[in-house]
Amino acid sequence: MPRPVQYNTNDKVKLVDMPEGHMGEGFMATSFDKVVGLARKNSLWPLPFATSCCGIEFMATMGANYDLARFGSERMGFTPRQCDMLLVAGTIAKKMAPILRQVYIQMAEPRWVVAIGACASSGGIFDSYSVLQGIDQVIPVDVYVPGCPPRPEGILDGILKLQELVGNESLRRRSSDHYKQLLAGYGIQ
Amino acid sequence: MVLTKERIIQRLQDKFNELAPGFEEPHGMLSVTVPAEANLKVMQFLYDEEELRFRFLTDLTAVHYPERAGEELCVVYHLHNLVDNVRLRLKVYVPVEKPDVFTATRIFAGANWMERETYDFFGINFIGHPDLRRILNVDEMDYFPMRKEYTLEDPQRTDKDDEMFGR
Repeated sequence: MPRPVQYNTNDKVKLVDMPEGHMGEGFMATSFDKVVGLARKNSLWPLPFATSCCGIEFMATMGANYDLARFGSERMGFTPRQCDMLLVAGTIAKKMAPILRQVYIQMAEPRWVVAIGACASSGGIFDSYSVLQGIDQVIPVDVYVPGCPPRPEGILDGILKLQELVGNESLRRRSSDHYKQLLAGYGIQ
Repeated sequence: MVLTKERIIQRLQDKFNELAPGFEEPHGMLSVTVPAEANLKVMQFLYDEEELRFRFLTDLTAVHYPERAGEELCVVYHLHNLVDNVRLRLKVYVPVEKPDVFTATRIFAGANWMERETYDFFGINFIGHPDLRRILNVDEMDYFPMRKEYTLEDPQRTDKDDEMFGR
């Protein structure tokens, strides 16, 4: 008797494509960049830094309906030392800025930052003396997700955009002078 | 006996006639204006009198009136008589060049953080306050943001020009 529900049989699991390379009997030759990029982009560990309503949308993104886990971001680590991807969701007050910076500094390289929503990207409607006008004033940002708040699809799209960046990043980027200058521009060693 | 507004005005006039306290009733709530240097005397009197018993400080804040020369800053105390459920507003005016007001922390311990907040936003210098530091804004802030000469918007922001926002 056929089972009414089909679980993860092989034709339903989507595997990532193999990187380009030379293959033969028992070996495959490809560049290290591509393998490392492939591994990194499909196992990004998110660190949610949620301060307001965008955080609620992020919770929906992690929930069963939208399920960020499908893209390899299964496990949220609530310590910056274990995480690759800092997701800043919500208004960052100026008083919060040093804390956000500290969290970013505690993350190990390579690290990426997604600014979710108008407030994290630009201060949003809070054009005020007390609100940081975009987190890129204190830490470098890789992907900005617009919206007030963005829908979970938007957040997923932003994370997929980030995966593209991560997968194509050169292994030498983090030790390049350009990158060091970028961090020095933010006063981060 | 019910504590009426007339009775409060009567008691204050009897006691502080030489201070010439001002009385008004915006929105049905009694407001008393006294000279800044007498704020503690009046508050202590309102606190101690068995008849008045204003022993709860609901709120303490300030208002900036840039057009009133010599009395630009107004410190407002909201007092509450919890027994008779009567509220009273006490106001003192100080010039913006020398915004010195005596601290109410000796009478109301709860005034501590409220005075820090008022200092933070309006720059009122509460004389005798145990720890007059900023409480809500960043410590590096070098102005008092609720004073009206400062714009509400973040002054450091450069990307919002008038052309883009139709201003």
